[in-house]
Amino acid sequence: MNLVRNHVLISIDAGTIMAGARAVEKALVDEINRQGLAGEIAVLETGSIGATGQGVVIVVYPEGLYYANVTPEDASEIVEEHLLKGRPVKRLIMTEMPRQQVIRKEKTGLLKEQARIVLRNSGVINPENIDEYIAEGGYEGIERAFTELKPAGVIKEIKDSGLVGRGGAAFTTAMKWDFASKAPGDPKYIICNADEGEPGTFKDRLILEGDPHKLIEGMMLAGYAVGAAKGFIYIRGEYALSIERLEKAITQARLYGLLGENILESGFSFDLAVMKGAGAYVCGEETALIESLEGKRGHPRNKPPYPVTEGLWGKPTVVNNVETLANVPEIIRNGAAWYRGYGTDKCPGTKVYTIIGNVATPGLIEAEMGTTLRDIIYEYAGGIKEGKKFKGALVGGAAGAFMGPEMLDAKMDFVNLKEYAAVLGSGAILVMDESTDIVGMLQSVLHFFKHESCGHCVPCRLGTKQLVEIVDRIAGGKGKVEDIESLVKISEVMRDTSFCPLGQSLNLPISSSLKYFRDEVYGRVQQPA
Amino acid sequence: MSQEKQCQCAEVQEEELYPRLEEVIMEHRGKGQDLIMVLHKAQNLFGYLPKKAQEMVAEGLNVSLNEVYGVITFYNFFSTVPQGRNSVKVCLGTACYVRGSQEVLDKAQKELGIKVGGTTEDRRYSLDVVRCIGACGLAPAMLVNEDVYGRVKSPHLPDILAKYE
Amino acid sequence: MIKATINNVEIEALEGTSILWAAKKAGFTIPTLCNHPDLKPGGQCGICVVEIEGIPGLKRACMTPVGEGFKVKTHTPRIMATRRQLVELILSNHDTDCLTCVKNNNCELQQLASIVGINVHDYSRSGERLPIDRSSVSIVRDPNKCILCGRCIQVCSNVQTVDALAVNHRGFDTVITTAFDAGLGNSVCINCGQCVVHCPVGALYEKSATEEVWEALHDPDKFVVVQEAPAVRVMLGEEFGMPTGSLVSGKMHAALRRLGFDAVLETNFTADLTIMEEGTELIDRLTSGRNLPLITSCSPGWIKFMETYFHDMIPHMSTAKSPQQMFGALAKTYYAEVKGIDPGKIVSVSIMPCTAKKFECQRPEMNASGYRDVDYVLTTREIGRMMREAGLDVKEMPDEPPDDILGDYTGAATIFGATGGVMEAAVRSAYRLVTGKELENVEIKPVRGLQGIKEAEIDIDGTRVKVAVAHSCGQARKLLNKVQDQITKEGKSEYQFIEVMACPGGCVGGGGQSWGSNMAKRARRGESLYEEDRSLPLRRSHENPSVLALYEKFLEKPNSEKAHKLLHTHYYKRSTVDGKIKPAS
Repeated sequence: MNLVRNHVLISIDAGTIMAGARAVEKALVDEINRQGLAGEIAVLETGSIGATGQGVVIVVYPEGLYYANVTPEDASEIVEEHLLKGRPVKRLIMTEMPRQQVIRKEKTGLLKEQARIVLRNSGVINPENIDEYIAEGGYEGIERAFTELKPAGVIKEIKDSGLVGRGGAAFTTAMKWDFASKAPGDPKYIICNADEGEPGTFKDRLILEGDPHKLIEGMMLAGYAVGAAKGFIYIRGEYALSIERLEKAITQARLYGLLGENILESGFSFDLAVMKGAGAYVCGEETALIESLEGKRGHPRNKPPYPVTEGLWGKPTVVNNVETLANVPEIIRNGAAWYRGYGTDKCPGTKVYTIIGNVATPGLIEAEMGTTLRDIIYEYAGGIKEGKKFKGALVGGAAGAFMGPEMLDAKMDFVNLKEYAAVLGSGAILVMDESTDIVGMLQSVLHFFKHESCGHCVPCRLGTKQLVEIVDRIAGGKGKVEDIESLVKISEVMRDTSFCPLGQSLNLPISSSLKYFRDEVYGRVQQPA
Repeated sequence: MSQEKQCQCAEVQEEELYPRLEEVIMEHRGKGQDLIMVLHKAQNLFGYLPKKAQEMVAEGLNVSLNEVYGVITFYNFFSTVPQGRNSVKVCLGTACYVRGSQEVLDKAQKELGIKVGGTTEDRRYSLDVVRCIGACGLAPAMLVNEDVYGRVKSPHLPDILAKYE
Repeated sequence: MIKATINNVEIEALEGTSILWAAKKAGFTIPTLCNHPDLKPGGQCGICVVEIEGIPGLKRACMTPVGEGFKVKTHTPRIMATRRQLVELILSNHDTDCLTCVKNNNCELQQLASIVGINVHDYSRSGERLPIDRSSVSIVRDPNKCILCGRCIQVCSNVQTVDALAVNHRGFDTVITTAFDAGLGNSVCINCGQCVVHCPVGALYEKSATEEVWEALHDPDKFVVVQEAPAVRVMLGEEFGMPTGSLVSGKMHAALRRLGFDAVLETNFTADLTIMEEGTELIDRLTSGRNLPLITSCSPGWIKFMETYFHDMIPHMSTAKSPQQMFGALAKTYYAEVKGIDPGKIVSVSIMPCTAKKFECQRPEMNASGYRDVDYVLTTREIGRMMREAGLDVKEMPDEPPDDILGDYTGAATIFGATGGVMEAAVRSAYRLVTGKELENVEIKPVRGLQGIKEAEIDIDGTRVKVAVAHSCGQARKLLNKVQDQITKEGKSEYQFIEVMACPGGCVGGGGQSWGSNMAKRARRGESLYEEDRSLPLRRSHENPSVLALYEKFLEKPNSEKAHKLLHTHYYKRSTVDGKIKPAS
């Protein structure tokens, strides 16, 4: 075994590849070799570290020093100055630090470092090496499940942890598993919904690219708990790197006997397949996803029957989101009580947020349930860009709710937000500064939904079309007061009668925009004489 | 070189790809559930889904032609028109839209002289829109082939496009 | 039993009963649009939403089973307002040129708009006008009227397993079309018209030939003969408000005569003739043991289906033409000869419960007479329109007989219109042909009725013949798969004779029937045909005096060379891509 003095982690994701990460990596390796440091310094690829827009990012361990906007030309300076002489290259040190690794412990008011749950390994380990995952306690969860918990114990542990699905619908995970485990039918299936299509969300991508084994272990645990031998990862077609890394990870897991027949002599067999989506937002809805997985158009099915009793090929099926499954190995490894140490009583754990829009540092953060919107924006995302004023945020994705300044101190969790008729959804937070045009925002949201409506039911297919025509009219200055009333009326009918959540949820951005920005919207239409 | 000659050339190449499609289909013979997977592979081969390829897939997987066509026209990813050598996609997701991607798209249409969904006559570029590519932190973003461009402003476009032959 | 209340009326329902049906039993008809009694609910329109106490939101009555203790409300202010909004949304994307629509007064959307009280258009008409698909000789599709309820697809894909129509594209651009949007005429469509009779609006209708027929009727140089299919006599009354299944044979003849047809003849006559030809074919095959089972060939929808999906079975097909085409070939030969009319001046019109017959009469090979054997096919709906235009009301007509010499028929012919009828008629005559004795009890009940595939074993004087009857192409597909499987594995099938009708219920359920069809109505019409059978003095095809005369004077004997030339046909292999004939390899 080599005694490595320094690790240089290079963040490889779609953004950094674009910025030339591969060239930087090559330059670093070449320079290290040239300086004869090959045995002492290891260059490792890691997933996204959650900071965007900072070019090629590298981290040097053990110091944990971040460099940003690194170019191939900088390689010799970094190697010679920092790695050889121990003098950090000041001009390259990242100034806008990603704050994701900081998790706030509300009870003590202290900032607790390295307490991430879902993103614990992302950006830290080499996602293409199973050993690194194992070194971080990976696959200990499944071992504990096999030796100590058994399937019923896994479900109980998840139940005690209070984990709810992170995909948007906020359904209790243990209940889903319990239903599926008790449902008659064989075989049973586990599906991971990795068709991350919510505009402004790329949290799943970070997990997939940065820590694919965590997802694999989560799916194994789900399979073990409900008695499924086969899992499918339905992944967004555009996530090329995620697909590549997942497939690599699956191959490695098979090689280690962690996937396949009779895993670790437990008698439990489980295997995974990756299925590429083909671009349809509605396939985020679990029954539409199942239709798509069966090779069909992604039209949602009627519920009931729910997938837990009649899912893929009519068999009991659990569909969980990436983030949900990524919580599972940590819960099983550390226990429900440990998990409940994070978040609130009703909503334990953390939430991964994608913060975009007019903030100083857009990116991904993981924060405890119950963190306020204010903290997320000002503590983690560096506040509003260019010192402008906060106007509002669209929280929960395109079909989420707008929140005005009066909601800044609302505690963000599934239960609490419900009281404000808002949703956590997928955890997308689009922050708007004072210059943002609210009608323009609505226009974008409504156009998106018209484009992504599957066309099956009348309210969604024709409602979105009318909504788009009306909002375009308002944006073009030709709207009337009645047009605003029509927006509300149509979206209410869609909420009440749409076949699936896609159409049902559009009322939320419309009603919330009027709740917080009523005057602005009414100011945009022709005033009655 | 005349346009006509180029087209024939493309057709000849297309003909040569059908045996390869046949191989792909063989692996999934009779498995209707693999339809989307096979269409992905077919589109990788041809760059789009020619009519004949759709017919072969329908027959090989034992699904009706209508089902194949229905699936192709449902998903954003599949195309039934020939694609250019370089696929230009402008993101119109909320984050990008708010940061001015419509302007980028308008400029791209003008620059290339084609509309969304179209291919330039020399088959150098195809233009399309996407709804969020998961690069919201880089808004407004666009994709050329596999390359992601972030913080794109319309004056950048000619330089970006020129990189792709 | 589940107990619940609907608008405070207490009801009991079997577990699994939808709220829609439970409400109907309680006396409340919940308005619907996409729902159809014979099809699975798809939940597209949302019109049938109801409120259930304690359950948030609105629920679709069509797909929500009534639960224990449910307190359902079907027309609260919220529900009524919602329904109005939904209908307005539908109208925002629907051509509302009702007065010029083929479905005017028969349109379920029109009725719904009136029921929920739409009196203003709040929303702008959105979307471009799309081209009307006129590529098929049988069926026209107008996407501008389509409301995407999906009924047509359900019958086309699930009931018929034809898969000509499908939902294509997505969202607001969603359209129901054929593959590549190529049009019905360039698709695997078998022209059965089940899509047409299930369409709630005017998006699907037959390609009309009324103008051409009017022209012929008004042309003094033409001699216009008309034939009516067995099923039409139990359908036509419905066009004039008579109860479903009213038997109007005599009134039909009278009305046609008054409309101006020069000779009112009968498809039933050639139905009897078909039995003579097909029955003789059956005896030959039973004797030789070759190409069994023999499969019937009366249904042109079935023929195209077979040519497309089961062309390996062509040798098993009866070569006998359908009664319509036998009639056509005889009208311009035998009839012209006997009556001394120039066949070139004869215009041959048929009244059919069927849209596929329009396709059949235009098949290039259907010219055995030296002319187009059948010139125009009219559906029951079209002849109903023509009669109304001429001020004729079938209800008020006297009973009149058909004209000679192609007009006589037996009870065996009339039951051709119901599923199992051809089989029953064939057995009645085959018995005689084989044994020389008459079958005492002519009613073969096991092949009657609307259950799926019907089977029977018939003892013909010691020879046991196993028969099967399938109605709808979906059932035919199942049966034929089984037959093919048996032939492959065991060298022969358990069946010797198979009847297939393309439409559920047989011709009484054809694509040319009156609007507003369902299985109950089809069953009622079938019963009426059996009633007519019972009421007729002759009930066996080989007893038809005019048929016997035809053989004596013209055809010599069944399956003679002349009979073969005029009354038999051949089949093609068709492509599963576009339904076109494949060049012989």
